[in-house]
Amino acid sequence: MHELSLAGGILRIVEQTAEHEHFARLLRLRLEAGSLSGVDVRALSFALESMAPATVLEGAVIEIEEPLGRAWCMGCQQQIDVRARGDACPSCGSSQWIACGGTELRVVDMEVADA
Amino acid sequence: MCVVCGCSDTGARVDAAPARAGTDRQQDVHFGLGEARVSVPGMSQTRAIQIERNVLSANNSVAAANRARFAAHGVAAFNLVSSPGSGKTTLLCATLQALRQRRPGWPVAVIEGDQQTSHDADRIRATGAPAIQINTGKGCHLDAPMVAEAFDRLHDHFHHHHHHDHGHAHGDEHAHDQAGGLLFIENVGNLVCPALWDLGEAAKVAILSVTEGEDKPLKYPDMFAAARLMLLNKIDLLPHLSFDVARCVDMARRVNPGIEIIQVSATTGQGLDDWLHWIEHQAGGSHGHGHHAHPADTPEAVDDTDALKRRIRELESELARARSLAAP
Repeated sequence: MHELSLAGGILRIVEQTAEHEHFARLLRLRLEAGSLSGVDVRALSFALESMAPATVLEGAVIEIEEPLGRAWCMGCQQQIDVRARGDACPSCGSSQWIACGGTELRVVDMEVADA
Repeated sequence: MCVVCGCSDTGARVDAAPARAGTDRQQDVHFGLGEARVSVPGMSQTRAIQIERNVLSANNSVAAANRARFAAHGVAAFNLVSSPGSGKTTLLCATLQALRQRRPGWPVAVIEGDQQTSHDADRIRATGAPAIQINTGKGCHLDAPMVAEAFDRLHDHFHHHHHHDHGHAHGDEHAHDQAGGLLFIENVGNLVCPALWDLGEAAKVAILSVTEGEDKPLKYPDMFAAARLMLLNKIDLLPHLSFDVARCVDMARRVNPGIEIIQVSATTGQGLDDWLHWIEHQAGGSHGHGHHAHPADTPEAVDDTDALKRRIRELESELARARSLAAP
């Protein structure tokens, strides 16, 4: 359940931003959890939900996008989309590929109210 | 319903689609759909703030600082990860004893991560190696700040060995021409969470025992994808099991084409030499490599080729990443 630690990291990023930007209220927070990031989006939602009351996250809409993983296929020597580790390349069937995108959990942006 | 205590009104609601089904779908979490979202016309001025920040960036910057400190001390650090019961600590004890025979005077220390107790650190100290126990409490993994703090306490151990003019308790002359040392970080027994946390290590080493089932690499792909080496442990038990080594290797390579694999038994000592050799190789090659010749067909040469192949794959993926960023 590392998603709880990750939710804590997200909360800290939002709190730091609140300090710098002096906004009154967080309306919307956009996150990105790549399908190769090792993050379970349901568990992350659950963790954020548990953590939100009495924090800057309370009352905000949180969107979590899950971009597909990108990888370099060693079988067909090109970039491919992949959903999960261990999957076969959709174009040549090889399972020899190396992830090059969709591996991160990121805070993308937020919408805030100043008053 | 509140997910923490079960009370009925937190004002929170999750609109969760089935996990990963349809993947690309947005899964919105709405906190406080009640009063907090009542809009007051003319009151609010909203604006957007770009963040674009990796949630693990705070950990990663401490990990980078750890890595720089290890390098400054000439310390090669390995992050040992596995499920509970794979024999990590037993293997580590056997490794420490074998290293002492093979490279007397090479400073080696251990950071032990467990939720509770100092049992493992006690076992390590019984071999004569200094060990720091980190108890994570409820935590399921070590993070970079924990390792930074533990390394502070081990600092003297490496510091003394690193300087030539110290007459100190360790008193080993060999230490002086073998600056640096080894740091083993035994992570919390968990094949999921530690995969994401960089501690500043030179490499993650995943330990899988043959009593666990050969499909673990596919079941826990993130960990085996993050590891540079897989140690297949307890191979002395293979005659009593239906474990298919070739299938296990194949599954590990499916989630990580570049992963190196060494079969070991902490109990019989089988394969320990290969493992020690791998450690020395990763630690920079200056340890012990001067002592023997390098004909082209030695295991070292094979290691070099594998390392180069791995590097080429890493660079290919780096290039692909750069290209995808450059593309509009």
